[in-house]
Amino acid sequence: MLESRSITKKFGSKTAVDQVTVRFEPGHIYAVLGPNGSGKTTWMKMAAGLIKPTSGEVLFDGKPVNIESRKHIAYMSTEPYFYTWMTARDVGRYYEDFFEDFSYATYKRLLERMELTEDMKTSALSSGMMAKLKIAVTLARDAMVYMLDEPFNGIDLLARDEIRQTILERADESKVLLLSSHLVEEMEAIADKAVFIRKGQLVDQVDLEQLRTEKGISMADRYREIYGHEGAQA
Amino acid sequence: MQYDPNRPIWLQVMTDLQTEIATGKRAPGSKLPGGRDLAMTYSINPNTAARVYQELEKEGLCETRRGLGTFVTENEQHIVSLREGMARQAVRDFLERMAVLGISPEQAVEMIRKQED
Repeated sequence: MLESRSITKKFGSKTAVDQVTVRFEPGHIYAVLGPNGSGKTTWMKMAAGLIKPTSGEVLFDGKPVNIESRKHIAYMSTEPYFYTWMTARDVGRYYEDFFEDFSYATYKRLLERMELTEDMKTSALSSGMMAKLKIAVTLARDAMVYMLDEPFNGIDLLARDEIRQTILERADESKVLLLSSHLVEEMEAIADKAVFIRKGQLVDQVDLEQLRTEKGISMADRYREIYGHEGAQA
Repeated sequence: MQYDPNRPIWLQVMTDLQTEIATGKRAPGSKLPGGRDLAMTYSINPNTAARVYQELEKEGLCETRRGLGTFVTENEQHIVSLREGMARQAVRDFLERMAVLGISPEQAVEMIRKQED
């Protein structure tokens, strides 16, 4: 459903993403892994159609991603992107205007579930509450592809459970979910596939249950094998 | 539930459900949660949840009725042999740990008797 064909992104002389070819199928939750600076975020932004690759192409349902495909791809970036005057209600209305597939009713339910209220001002939210708000507003869309960049960052243990539940509630056989995080352990049980990016290149893709069955190792173990000491430096 | 990430998750959830079936916590013929609900309850991938039911079905411990859902088997014999199988496994695990400590099965049995008195 979503595939990148040999995409490369250069910023000046630096190659952030280097000829990545990868394909994501509906009905799976993918963990997109790599230390900070490995190119995960740049790859996601290209896949979401927000920035253009220097070369190569991203296809959504066989067609190049463009403004049109953004209707079907819900992307949550790591940067905060709400105006400070906005309340949670304003954020919802803003999304409602912007995305046809946004459901305010779902948004409201997700806010409640994550113990947020509509009248909360975004400027007054703690980092954990802000992270939950971003998840709620992104998952209140009924998209084909969800890409969540660092959904567990800065979030306490209990809220991580809530976020996992909310993600699982959205997953079904028709949707692709991509979760990028360096908190690998958080994704062991909810992801079923993982892709590993190292220095801008795709270095491995695995089925997690197969990895456990055949090699008796976890996703975190495979992460350590691939990145070794460089992972610790990041 | 805490998982051991080095072992297949479906197997760990399956063992949990097997225990509930063997102990009668899930009664013969009772309805099991749907695949999605199972995924949510255990916080696992929906494909992993589907695998759990496939495997339980292979063992004759549950059956899927089209349009109705998945149910615990009504075949009491299957449940009896499940419980026996799990008990035998527990004994094997126990004896293995005893062997590590240099204790023979006969000595282990003796220790159990004394424990009971």
